Amino acid sequence: MMRFILPFIVFMIMAAFMYVGLSLDPHEVPSPLVGKAAPAFTLPQLHEPSKQFSTQDMKGKVWLFNVWASWCTACESEHAVLMELSRQNLVPIYGMDYKDKPEDGEAWLRSRGNPYVLVVSDREGRVGIDYGVYGVPETYVIDKQGVIQYKQIGPVTPENLSEKILPLIKELQAK
Amino acid sequence: MKYLLILLVCLLPGFSYAGEATDLAADPVLEKRMIGLAENLRCLVCQNESLASSHAELAEDLRREVREQMQNGLSDQEIIDYLVSRYGDFVLYDPPVKSYTLVLWYGPFVLLLLGGGVLIYQLRKRKSQITETELSEEDTQRAAALLNETPELQNNPKAPKV
Repeated sequence: MMRFILPFIVFMIMAAFMYVGLSLDPHEVPSPLVGKAAPAFTLPQLHEPSKQFSTQDMKGKVWLFNVWASWCTACESEHAVLMELSRQNLVPIYGMDYKDKPEDGEAWLRSRGNPYVLVVSDREGRVGIDYGVYGVPETYVIDKQGVIQYKQIGPVTPENLSEKILPLIKELQAK
Repeated sequence: MKYLLILLVCLLPGFSYAGEATDLAADPVLEKRMIGLAENLRCLVCQNESLASSHAELAEDLRREVREQMQNGLSDQEIIDYLVSRYGDFVLYDPPVKSYTLVLWYGPFVLLLLGGGVLIYQLRKRKSQITETELSEEDTQRAAALLNETPELQNNPKAPKV
């Protein structure tokens, strides 16, 4: 009897590891920034480069910080979701045009619509490094104290918006 | 006098460069130190390449960041800490021992012990199964007879080849 049970147990353990391995995405690196203060920055605005935007301005608000670029193809699929979200007026969305020519970013928004309250331009990608950006689009949920509560790597989808992001935002806004 | 003046004017661009940041590539020591550090860091875009060898834009940006931090006098460890605080332990090719990396670090030894244990157990079990049997008188005689036959067989060309 043991002759069959033991290999079967070993097989089940291996199968369990492999099954979990199949569902893991190696591109999803857990961010160490969740639970930490959002790195402060001051950047020129995309539409009015003479004006600056600073994370300091956002104290006391729950907001979404979405990193995108005109060269990013995945951002196009996300764009419709963000447009819908901005129409619902549940949470202010701030965008960062990452490693992009400001004129390209502006043109992209002009032709597709602008879901953002305000967009900053991170031409050199320095603020991106501070935020641990390694693949756009990335989206951060930042609370009233300026702490990053959630990071979405890759496009925001209707599913993770309704399952994770919006419930979290409601909870944070109630605090 | 005129030529001297022209010569001086020709030298002017040289002076104008002074005081600016020195070219990064012009400092081979720093470049070497940066590459040495970047070789042990993972590029997050193309995950099987190091930061030193990757041509991804993010890798270039991160190399620039590392260079600048080195120029600002930060130690290698401080720079690594900075990158880990942004990108997590994932950037390290040499992950630290933590609760969730225990399996990674010690798993192989556990498997080795398990395998060794099973091997010893099996060997002992087999040894106990082997029973020493005494050769009976009859068998001894047969064996001796067979052994004695052998030389004759070898001399006999008609005998089948063994």
